[in-house]
Amino acid sequence: MPGKLKVKIVAGRHLPVMDRASDLTDAFVEVKFGNTTFKTDVYHKSLNPQWNSEWFKFEVDDEDLQDEPLQITVLDHDTYSANDAIGKVYIDIDPLLYSEAATVISGWFPIYDTIHGIRGEINVVVKVDLFNDLNRFRQSSCGVKFFCTTSIPKCYRAVIIHGFVEELVVNEDPEYQWIDRIRTPRASNEARQRLISLMSGELQRKIGLKVLEMRGNAVVGYLQCFDLEGESGLVVRAIGTACTLDKLSSTAAFLPACNSPSKEMKESPLVHPPSHGCRSTHNSPIHTATGSRLTQNFSVSVPTLIYTGMGSGSAGKEGGPFKALLRQQTQSALEQREFPFFTLTAFPPGFLVHVGGVVSARSVKLLDRIHNPDEPETRDAWWAEIRQEIKSHAKALGCHAVVGYSESTSICEEVCILSASGTAAVLNPRFLQDGTVEGCLEQRLEENLPAGCGFCHIPYDELNMPFPAHLTYCYSCRKQKVPDVLFTTIDLPADATVIGKGCLIQARLCRLKKKAQAEANATAISNLLPFMEYEVHTQLMNKLKLKGMNALFGLRIQITVGENMLMGLASATGVYLTALPTPGGIQIAGKTPNDGSYEQHISHMQKKINDTIAKNKELYEINPPEIPEEIIGSPIPEPRQRSRLLRSQSESSDEVIELDLSHGKKDAFVLEIDDTDAMEDVHSLLTDVPPPSGFYSCNTEIMPGINNWTSEIQMFTSVRVSRLSNINLTNQTLNKNFNDLCENLLKSLYFKLRSMIPCCLCHVNFTVSLPEDELIQVTVTAVAITFDKHQAVQTTKTQVEKSSQRASIDNEELLQFPLELCTDTLASHPFSSAKATSIDYSSFADRCNSWIELIKLKAQTIRRGSIKTTMPVEKASPLTEGHFRQRSAPACANSTVGVVKMTPLSFIPGAKITKYLGIINMFFIRETTSLREEGGVSGFLHAFIAEVFAMVRAHVAALGGNAVVSYIMKQCVFMENPNKNQAQCLINVSGDAVIFVRESELEIISTQQPIASCQPACSGGEIAT
Amino acid sequence: MTNELDIFVGNTTLIDEDVYRLWLDGYSVSDAVGLRVRSGILEQTGATAGVLQSDTMDHYRTFHMLERLLHTPPKLLHQLVFQIPPSRQALLIERYYAFDEAFVREVLGKKLSKGTKKDLDNISAKTGVTLKSCRRQFDNFKRVFKVVEEMRGSLAGNIQQHFLLSDRLARDYAAVVFFANNRFETGKKKLQYLTFGDLAFCAELMIQNWTPGAVADSQLDDMDVDLDKEFLQDLKELKVLVADKDLLDLHKSLVCTALRGKLSVFAEMEANFKNLSRGLVNIASKLTHTKDVRDLFVDLVEKFIEPCRSDRWPLNDVRLFLNQYSASVHSLDGFRHQTLWDRYMVTLRSCLLRMYHD
Repeated sequence: MPGKLKVKIVAGRHLPVMDRASDLTDAFVEVKFGNTTFKTDVYHKSLNPQWNSEWFKFEVDDEDLQDEPLQITVLDHDTYSANDAIGKVYIDIDPLLYSEAATVISGWFPIYDTIHGIRGEINVVVKVDLFNDLNRFRQSSCGVKFFCTTSIPKCYRAVIIHGFVEELVVNEDPEYQWIDRIRTPRASNEARQRLISLMSGELQRKIGLKVLEMRGNAVVGYLQCFDLEGESGLVVRAIGTACTLDKLSSTAAFLPACNSPSKEMKESPLVHPPSHGCRSTHNSPIHTATGSRLTQNFSVSVPTLIYTGMGSGSAGKEGGPFKALLRQQTQSALEQREFPFFTLTAFPPGFLVHVGGVVSARSVKLLDRIHNPDEPETRDAWWAEIRQEIKSHAKALGCHAVVGYSESTSICEEVCILSASGTAAVLNPRFLQDGTVEGCLEQRLEENLPAGCGFCHIPYDELNMPFPAHLTYCYSCRKQKVPDVLFTTIDLPADATVIGKGCLIQARLCRLKKKAQAEANATAISNLLPFMEYEVHTQLMNKLKLKGMNALFGLRIQITVGENMLMGLASATGVYLTALPTPGGIQIAGKTPNDGSYEQHISHMQKKINDTIAKNKELYEINPPEIPEEIIGSPIPEPRQRSRLLRSQSESSDEVIELDLSHGKKDAFVLEIDDTDAMEDVHSLLTDVPPPSGFYSCNTEIMPGINNWTSEIQMFTSVRVSRLSNINLTNQTLNKNFNDLCENLLKSLYFKLRSMIPCCLCHVNFTVSLPEDELIQVTVTAVAITFDKHQAVQTTKTQVEKSSQRASIDNEELLQFPLELCTDTLASHPFSSAKATSIDYSSFADRCNSWIELIKLKAQTIRRGSIKTTMPVEKASPLTEGHFRQRSAPACANSTVGVVKMTPLSFIPGAKITKYLGIINMFFIRETTSLREEGGVSGFLHAFIAEVFAMVRAHVAALGGNAVVSYIMKQCVFMENPNKNQAQCLINVSGDAVIFVRESELEIISTQQPIASCQPACSGGEIAT
Repeated sequence: MTNELDIFVGNTTLIDEDVYRLWLDGYSVSDAVGLRVRSGILEQTGATAGVLQSDTMDHYRTFHMLERLLHTPPKLLHQLVFQIPPSRQALLIERYYAFDEAFVREVLGKKLSKGTKKDLDNISAKTGVTLKSCRRQFDNFKRVFKVVEEMRGSLAGNIQQHFLLSDRLARDYAAVVFFANNRFETGKKKLQYLTFGDLAFCAELMIQNWTPGAVADSQLDDMDVDLDKEFLQDLKELKVLVADKDLLDLHKSLVCTALRGKLSVFAEMEANFKNLSRGLVNIASKLTHTKDVRDLFVDLVEKFIEPCRSDRWPLNDVRLFLNQYSASVHSLDGFRHQTLWDRYMVTLRSCLLRMYHD
């Protein structure tokens, strides 16, 4: 009996009136876990019952503890008829199963009913006593930590990053069981909610087992999704990255742990030797039989960056031989894995060496042909195929690993499109070997790898390029080749140097298709897909050029299938990477050059495009330095450094004009206008309106070029469903409609959040679905963060501050610290050189120099293993002082309900996460048969989403947390039937519950007493004592 | 292409103060959009009418959902569905319970019943306040009334505790409740010149001095809503001041002696003294009848304010007179109800002075 679950029902409040006669309720509670049920006494005639029950104790296997949710049902006692259910609370007790997370779940939970929504609240206390069980063959995986965050969580250190884990479970969908015809909608919804909860638990347990098998202790970047396949079943699948994480404790921070270089090496994340690689349990042979005969597979890789690789042009350079060695090592380590995939999008410094480009694969399947729908084999095989394809694409790009990896599906009736995408990459070999031997090699490599441009260098062979591309010498280091454009699915690496700010770039596309059945339908879709991929890609490229930028991060292409159309929506964040060449302009060429008026029209368009590019450059502050052609190719470190200083200070319009001229000289991107379609495309290019002034948007974690965030954040979800007018649907009108829908949605967001200006919408996540023939549903979740405008002007200064601040924030994170300092000191060199070259900034540089001294000092002290100097540095920072001032104003202490922040980002600006309490993964169904009375579809969904937020917050608060990070709404399936006055919606959300402490409070706490408000285990308080 | 569904949900509930005001004022979504367009918001933000429409709809929906909670403000504080900062919660409540001067003057002293509710469209037409807004204000009055009607303790305190209103607004509501409970007539034409402020001032004084709660030792019946029955009964004793001719003459001579040369309207005062005194004392002695309680303000205006006003008494003279008039009673040897007189006159004097304007 490896575990004892203890539950206490304390009280209820705001219960609904269940007895019309007395206007009161006789409530009691059923507590169910597995097959055991306890009941409280009936608390008569009250809407605020005080049960104060005894401790209900469940003695259970830890396998059940992981799979089963705790189910609490509140009922109204009725002497003469059946007891009426008021509502339910499902509590996932997983966070209680590992020692570093929550120790108790205690708080007010909304009582939820799938028909009526939230009906009052119930106060519950839950505890778990775990007995150690060392059974080798156990089925449970208690103790494995799960994180949605797609980077190494703050306050942890990656010892080893093992690699990809995946799992998939299938069950019959209760909605499609025969019994559904005779049971109530409520019973059916609850069966579904419970089933998905159970399946999620099982999935998590199985993934945990795989992690244990790999000797890991955590899953990072855990992404769980469910596919409603209809008749053929309900699939819950998950992917993640197995890691061995170490909690950064304050004691460790004080130990002179990183004294010796070899020790330091050990602190770095290692890609673990592949002795226990990840193996899928359902590694069955691919079913070629009956059902999945029609596998219209194809895939399109979108490699946008070409690589010199070793031995070619760069062979003579110092890095060459080491690189070759590096490659061999990486190769051998990674190739033995089935899938060298990583769901992470941000990495420990030094982990990512080169980025090859985006790789993606799609495949169309027919669900009604699954041979044995209740078993996961077929789906496992499908995904294995796709992953294999991704792997080979990555190989074609000279890469051995795929980072920023994700998988998705789109289902319409019996057709299902499976998609996977990621970024082909080369990982650092020193993470593959044990440190000591490699010491000197590592050192030299470190010197050779220039900070902030290495990842741009091509990983493939220049002479053997997988596709045609323009290569130039890196604009930063001048030693290696870089492509002209770079597309990736990851976040912008922390050490990457960019010019100006980034922006959200979207490609939107619709294609009509004929309604068809089965094979014919699947074939039609398969035939359309490559064209869509191509067009999405072209659109992205055009828009990127139009913005005057040269790289895309966080690229996510979603293809959605409907009855009579396909939709493609790609979102990414465009930036200007200093390492890549200045993008050429867009040149329009007509096919019929004879016509004079046509020529005129073309030139008019050309002018408009050029104007737009110039305007965008100004808007996003993209003013890279002019580099004389002849210098290109020869290694000159100086210009880059000067440029980094210049860019923030000099924004004269002259320079912008000069840059414009440079477009002409470069190879321009030629757009041929040969028919009206192409004309439309050019028009649509120009219709994208930039956000109003004071607004920026991106779909990555943070906006490149902005780093002075204030603590004001607002997470939101916005949903729009549009009905297409039935008449004369053409691809063009469809495209225009879809484009307008997205643009208007963005405009609405900007308007709604105007009080937060200057502000940036971060992690903007669009999802498109086609719930019915003429309906398009677009769901957006993002977070708006206000930033400090005044500090934004002095970009360079803030950068130094940021680095110093970051250094102090992360001061216990031994792993990242030394490495980060290296880059920081490197980055700050420009100031010292600036002092010599430009007198204008001397006073400024002086100030910076003192900063640099501090940083250097700190770097040295850190290397010696002491961190004492950090706090004074932070205190001296004007930025922190600013924060301090602002924060004193909104004192929310008198609120009865604790504020819980929610954000799709992995961090909270101006705050430090001191503890991860566990994963939040919740699934809700809401249904109504009185749609009009609830305010129509908008009223219904608005209320439901607000309720979902409330339930997430309540669970986090009960775990003792005050925020959810890496929050994501994975699914929002909405169905309506206005004629019947009915609607139904399914929502699946997840995130990491955390405790955060404001940086200012952290200081106060630390100066007063070690640990005040934060949990005993948190390290935050002890730093400065 | 039309948007069938269009929503925005923030983790922190977005509240737009301007839209909230429009909603409270009872404008329909399209009217509100029109008003917002006219405010020049489109030019300021570069938004389109469609965006404004969607934004307004969204806010209206939010307010509609919040309205249920606003009916019992403590629930707004404890609910979990809408995460709203405390300062915003306070603003929502305060604005929701705020009322229009024009509206309250129409309803003040009326029974808060279905009958009155049916009259709301007339009131709306008369005051220019939208019917929706009238309903909200009326329902607020009624809701507050129902909750505190039977409660012990300070009326304003109870209101503040149960509706989380500001001190000022809670006291205004106390006046509304007090008027509604005692059904004081305030609608007569000759009372139209009185503002809600005047009447609320009087109500507050009456609550302080004339209710059972005003007397320290009457713990048993600490009610602020009703007038103190015993006190009203006792007021009959004051009648002797005008019924006893000697006493009346003596009172008059005391007042006249003290005020000679100090009043610009001395002659008029001297001539009118007995009428005025009779008026004030008779009002007191009749307060046992509910009908006369209701007419209290009418009587005060008719019996005292109008005569003075027609003789063009300056406010200062009225003050001097009332002070002397109340004080002189203490020198009347034969009169034994000094405390009673003071309890009556202190309040009445302040009320009359407040009500004495054009």
